Amino acid sequence: MQLFPCPFCGPRDETEFHYGGDAGNVRPDGIDVPTDRWAGYLYLRGNPKGTAREIWVHMICGEFFVMERDTVTHKVLSSAALDGEHAA
Amino acid sequence: MTASRLATGGSAIDRSRPIRFSFDGTIVQGFAGDTIASALLAGDVAVVGRSFKYHRPRGIWGAGVEEPNALVDIGGSRATPNTRATTEPARDGLVAKSVNATPSALADRNAFLDRFARFIPAAFYYKTFMWPDWHRFEPRIRAMAGLGTVDADWTSPGMADQINHHCDVLVVGAGPAGLAAARLAAGAGLTVTLVDDQQSPGGSLGYRAGEIDGKPAAVWVKETIAELAAGGHLILPSTTALGIYDHNLVGLNQRHFDGRPDTLWRVRPRQIVLATGAIERPLPFANNDLPGIMSADAAFAYLRRHAVLVGRRIIVATNNDSAYEVAGALAEASAEVRLVDIRRNGTPAAPANARLIKGRSLASASGKLRVDGVTLDDGTRFDADCVLVSGGWTPTIHLFGQAKGKLAWSDARAAFLPGDPVDGIAVIGAAAGAVSLSEVFAGAGPAFAPLGQTKAPLPRSTGPKATGGILPAWPIPGSKGRIWIDYQNDVTVKDVELAARENFVSVEHLKRYTTLGMATDQGKTSNLPGLALMAGITGRTVPEVGTTTYRPPFTPVPLASFAGARVGELMAPVRRLPLENVHRANGAVFQEYGGWLRPAHYGGYADAERSIADEALRARQSVALFDGSTLGKIEVIGPQAAAFVDFLYYNTMSTLKPGRCRYGFMLSENGVVFDDGVLVRLGEHRFVVSCSSSHVAAVHARLEEWRQDRFGRGAVYIHNATSDMATLTVSGPNSRKLLKALGLGLSLGDADLPHMAIAHGSYAGDEVRITRVSFTGDRSYEISIRADRAEPLWAHLRKAGQAFDAVAIGLEALMILRAEKGFIVIGKDTDGTTLPHDLGVDGPRVKRQTEFVGRRSLFTEEASRDNRMQLVGLAVPQGEAPLPTGAHGIKRIDGRLRSQGFVTSSYQSPTLGRPVALGLIERGATRHGETIDIQHLGKISKATITAPCAFDPAGERLHA
Ligand SMILES: [Zn+2]
Repeated sequence: MQLFPCPFCGPRDETEFHYGGDAGNVRPDGIDVPTDRWAGYLYLRGNPKGTAREIWVHMICGEFFVMERDTVTHKVLSSAALDGEHAA
Repeated sequence: MTASRLATGGSAIDRSRPIRFSFDGTIVQGFAGDTIASALLAGDVAVVGRSFKYHRPRGIWGAGVEEPNALVDIGGSRATPNTRATTEPARDGLVAKSVNATPSALADRNAFLDRFARFIPAAFYYKTFMWPDWHRFEPRIRAMAGLGTVDADWTSPGMADQINHHCDVLVVGAGPAGLAAARLAAGAGLTVTLVDDQQSPGGSLGYRAGEIDGKPAAVWVKETIAELAAGGHLILPSTTALGIYDHNLVGLNQRHFDGRPDTLWRVRPRQIVLATGAIERPLPFANNDLPGIMSADAAFAYLRRHAVLVGRRIIVATNNDSAYEVAGALAEASAEVRLVDIRRNGTPAAPANARLIKGRSLASASGKLRVDGVTLDDGTRFDADCVLVSGGWTPTIHLFGQAKGKLAWSDARAAFLPGDPVDGIAVIGAAAGAVSLSEVFAGAGPAFAPLGQTKAPLPRSTGPKATGGILPAWPIPGSKGRIWIDYQNDVTVKDVELAARENFVSVEHLKRYTTLGMATDQGKTSNLPGLALMAGITGRTVPEVGTTTYRPPFTPVPLASFAGARVGELMAPVRRLPLENVHRANGAVFQEYGGWLRPAHYGGYADAERSIADEALRARQSVALFDGSTLGKIEVIGPQAAAFVDFLYYNTMSTLKPGRCRYGFMLSENGVVFDDGVLVRLGEHRFVVSCSSSHVAAVHARLEEWRQDRFGRGAVYIHNATSDMATLTVSGPNSRKLLKALGLGLSLGDADLPHMAIAHGSYAGDEVRITRVSFTGDRSYEISIRADRAEPLWAHLRKAGQAFDAVAIGLEALMILRAEKGFIVIGKDTDGTTLPHDLGVDGPRVKRQTEFVGRRSLFTEEASRDNRMQLVGLAVPQGEAPLPTGAHGIKRIDGRLRSQGFVTSSYQSPTLGRPVALGLIERGATRHGETIDIQHLGKISKATITAPCAFDPAGERLHA
């Protein structure tokens, strides 16, 4: 059982979290987005060996955040709240 | 008479408390403090079980968790199969039975199998999978091979407790190393948890000689435990550390012996100290599996703890120094002892009264049901009633291995030791290869160094100094006779040789091919000899062959421990309606729907189908009452709320006027319809998402994700108010009349409250929200009220409804009503490929100019196929029964049957007097009127494709 640091609640058991995908998988808007680009956004994942930047959500407090961890050692390297100010 | 109980001694037993239990139907006597094994030994019971494959007689090997042979099935209320007799306390009235033996271990009727052993070597099963036919062998093999038997009638005495625990230092093992580390850590101000799998602490100090700080070892153990207890530290006897998991979580299984289920502990220590000791290995010689051949260290433990002398004429065979003390102690207890040491030089001095034979090893043992003698490699024969062996020590580094610790081979110890350190874990004592108490204590000091230093002096060993000299004695390829490596799974030297010949030389292949180390003991005594033999056969070193992967659990753990409270109803707890008890009083029959426990129907008739049909019919005739409290009520509030719901929904929602509602879809980013429901606009910046009952959590999570990752926390606020309010639905031609009777203090005129609009009123002083939406096709009102005030409202509706022949309907009737109308249920009438235009809703796809979730996916090649499966109604020829849900529409292409879609919902409509059905059929929307073949379980029937709506297609009843 891994311990993940929720930026809001502190270290918690991994069972309290859901995986939210690769961080930085920016959504391309519009119907003119090329098929490959859209397919990449939907389906293509880096699956890195080593350091991975990922979105996770702490299901207890409901907050999404970015976590960096090592997929080999399972060491958690960092976790940070989303800036939450994307809105214009 | 060979093994016996001595007249005095035995630190573990209480001679004032005799006990009796049964083994294979025979009464065995013992004392409180005996294990099943020690009592059997004291009673001179040599054969305690039969081996897995060959039904060879098996005797007690060890005195602890590593036991490969002495497994028993415990009967009665605490029934447990494959219990190790060496760790199970004997208790009065206990009923134990040997494993894989019929009728008893001594007189097993399958013993003849051993004569056919050469026909059933390693991989015999695998080969019969290929040829000639596994199924011919399977039933008999299953009956004859195996170990204990599960009692199918057994039920757990209760839920196992699961405890989360934190401490600074967790010390695993309360032998000299663990006790010293625990005491020093406590002295340094750290919180300590000390666990040991034995009932009393001390480990080898319980029988091997020792003097610590000038006191007998037993006194030092007592003082140390007393000091830890006085300091408030947690001491858990009879507790096994079963595994180390990610981020140094340690699982413990604690036994109680008082009828309670075991307790599972999840410990998060800051530092783990593994003081887990070492396990003695067997020696390889022909017939080394005979009863009466056992671990020398175990015999020593039985002598001191239980006052059991395991034999009168004893051969002690060894390749290392540790057996000398054992031989001396047995000789002192008046046994005739011959000590046979493989080493010619460098041995300790011969113990008093024991005869030392140097430079010799055992070639074979003889005997039928128990050993009666041995032959040395020079041909010398000795009679013996017991043969004790010590083939060296295997450090117990399973937990270190589980934590991904690398192992390092030590020639000096002829064993793997812990290699590079792992963060947060220290391995000390015999587990780290220490032999003398001085070495052990020196390692205990730095064990918790990352957390602090002790100022107290290390304990001092003031007694005789143990030495660790050893000459490896691995099994030798090509040896004569049958030499056992794995006692429990019947793996011999020849089996390992066979595996090598057939090129299963990798250690992981060796394990699977021969089943070496795969039994319930997980090869604690056999793995290292087995892989050393493979090294010898293939000309490699032991570290080149390597070890198999260490995995939890260290010893078998009851599934009840892992299950804890998650059994029965608590396995997947249902969500419950606020009015559940009221519905029950009304006769409701409950079922689980999408995690909610809801009335399926109200049991008006004994026959459920008739009850449901009656509810559906009367709902159309007058007025129906339905508890819709499970419908989602997720509030979206904030300056960007309108833009937010526009993005989340397929349909444009920002054009909705306050006080009005709109039906729409939510899509996934791949375009597939994820949920449907009504969106209510309460105000300029406030919406209520009324999603499907079973989707509330998922929709809520999805709203949060887009809020946080696209719109920003200040743009919208989301509140799941689903359980705040109960929602009671009133539907049918007389619904408005019934509502009027309630006196909700608002105008129910169609001008003030038209279809797809909301209004606020009050009931008994509480605000109510009336939403005029319909899932039945009839005029309907949903009344939402504080959940805790819903009961009087429901009662009032029932009472006032009597004047209109109102009927309470369950979910089953509602399903009929909505299917008559062609209204879909997402996930039932759609699947993981259904796009919105497949359901006939193409407008937003064509017209919308703004971005929304899933939009781009609606314009792919796949989404634009002209042969997509589309929602249709299906009508059967007059007089026929409803189509089976899931039946396929079929067509013949080039003589072969092919599916062209399937039935998704199908009911007998009591109102129409005929079946109605919905389905997803290829190009269905353009094929209304066409008759197709429907196949179910090989039978073919006809159905005509229609529009989805079979009842009131003009929608007049919404306003009737
Ligand atoms: Zn949190």
